[in-house]
Amino acid sequence: MLLRFLAFGLLRTVISTWYLGVEQSSATRLVTRNAISLVFPLPLSYKEKIRQIEGVKNVSYGTWFGGIYIDEKHFFANYAVEPSTYLEIYPEIVIPDDEKEIFFHNRKAAVAGRILVEKYGWNIGDIITLKGTIYPGKWDFVLQGVYTGRDENVDETAFIFHWAYLNETLKQTAPGRADKVGWYMIEITNPDLAADVSLRIDKSFKNSLAETLTETEKSFMLSFIAMTEAIVIAIQLVSFVIIFIIMAVVANTMSMTARERIGEYAIFKTLGFGGLHISGLIFGESLFITMLGATLGIVLTFPAAKIFSKALSIYFPVFNVTPDTIYMDIGVSFLVAFVAAVFPTWRAIQIRIADGLRRIG
Amino acid sequence: MNEKAPIVEIRNLYKSYKRGIQILPVLNDISLDIKESEFLALMGPSGSGKTTLLNLIAGIDKADNGSIKVGGVDITTLSETELARWRALNVGFVFQFYNLIPVLTAFENVELPLLLTGLSKKERHEHVVTALNVVNLADRMDHYPGQLSGGEQQRVAIARAIVTDPTILVADEPTGDLDRQSANDVLELMENLVHKLGKTIILVTHDPRAAKKAHLIIHLDKGVLNARPQTDY
Repeated sequence: MLLRFLAFGLLRTVISTWYLGVEQSSATRLVTRNAISLVFPLPLSYKEKIRQIEGVKNVSYGTWFGGIYIDEKHFFANYAVEPSTYLEIYPEIVIPDDEKEIFFHNRKAAVAGRILVEKYGWNIGDIITLKGTIYPGKWDFVLQGVYTGRDENVDETAFIFHWAYLNETLKQTAPGRADKVGWYMIEITNPDLAADVSLRIDKSFKNSLAETLTETEKSFMLSFIAMTEAIVIAIQLVSFVIIFIIMAVVANTMSMTARERIGEYAIFKTLGFGGLHISGLIFGESLFITMLGATLGIVLTFPAAKIFSKALSIYFPVFNVTPDTIYMDIGVSFLVAFVAAVFPTWRAIQIRIADGLRRIG
Repeated sequence: MNEKAPIVEIRNLYKSYKRGIQILPVLNDISLDIKESEFLALMGPSGSGKTTLLNLIAGIDKADNGSIKVGGVDITTLSETELARWRALNVGFVFQFYNLIPVLTAFENVELPLLLTGLSKKERHEHVVTALNVVNLADRMDHYPGQLSGGEQQRVAIARAIVTDPTILVADEPTGDLDRQSANDVLELMENLVHKLGKTIILVTHDPRAAKKAHLIIHLDKGVLNARPQTDY
């Protein structure tokens, strides 16, 4: 029971981690990408046009770099951004002022998340070399800062560097790919304007060579998750199977217990205890068994999640057990306790005292 | 003869059991009066219906027809819930296999029926100690049934049966699982309950020595009664 609740808790944590980006997304942030696909870039020139649209407060942009550190097994997210506007739009990414200052003024500078830095034992000033996949070649960066999350759910495993560095290099090596960005990040003045501003942006680039699709950051994140929906559904199904197994085990235990105790229930009934008392006894026992398993399972979910998080930090940069998971654990344990006790209670109440007493001896 | 008013009045009682499509008559037109402070023994061969009759009097089974009045209340007209409440206040049970709850101490087992009475904890404690004193087991109140001998367990069961000061005590083969000495102790205790405390006891037994303690022996055979007063009473 304990292990099943532990497994359920971990799987629910995986699912909530999957949706973490969605939960973290800000209502005042929009993302504009190429209408065909995220794979296709957008011209840099769109930035000024977007900035002039009513309701837009700030614009930044980024490009997925997809570089490899050492080999493919050492994956971490790495992308090029315009540092100053990016950090203005994403205040949850916190960099000490002195490091930020150096990062802004050194085009080969990069900042990395705390977890990533700790994992590889990097120090400020280290040269980090990434092997380009989308942008071939060896790319050297100087680590000039370590960012931390404003709250515990911020991904601290990303690697961020100057888009300008990428662009200048491309101008020399692949001029056709220069002056293009992967997506625009837009801060709007009022979350209520999200739909209108999105429409205005997309309208501005209608019938151009690179039409845009603007959506809220939440929708953008959800579209990413939609790509992996099958995995999420599979995990959800497994978690439901675990609930079913817990239910079957508790129901079986309660059924056996009630069968063994039918004589005792008959004694209680003989002494004048009614159906309500008998139900209370059986439901109480069912609840006790389930809550015991659930409590131990919940308690162990935290250290297990920490181990899980360390082992799979590449895939799950943030792996925290959320209150929702705990509430779900508790809810499931109540549901299981209730369902498991229904049949034994019905049986104990229905049995004639004389028949129950005959089972003793 | 005992001239006291009947505390149990049974009239034209019928009871049968269904076994598949077959209906087996167990009690056939039983009429019987049991007076207050009477010690009555029900005897008869296995399957004669004596336990069934005891269960009907104690309100743990339902008759097909007829009436059973205990202390003036016709229990055949009561609902299951009303019967449960009635049993809690009016009937004390003593079974062959003691039927104590193994995870509760002697004190807690005796206290069980009192939990339905609304007495305070202090009052319950006093009642339990009194009942355990009656059966001479006050010093074993913290023992679990598993730590007591068969005779002691049966005495705890008797304490549980009398703790609510019920109208009647019903005992189904209370000595059936005891050695001779323990059986004698239990029977002596039951005699004392009748003589000293004025309790009404209905005893089902196969044991002629146990029946001998009763004022009246009723023989049941194939669902029909045959009363026989004790000559030495």
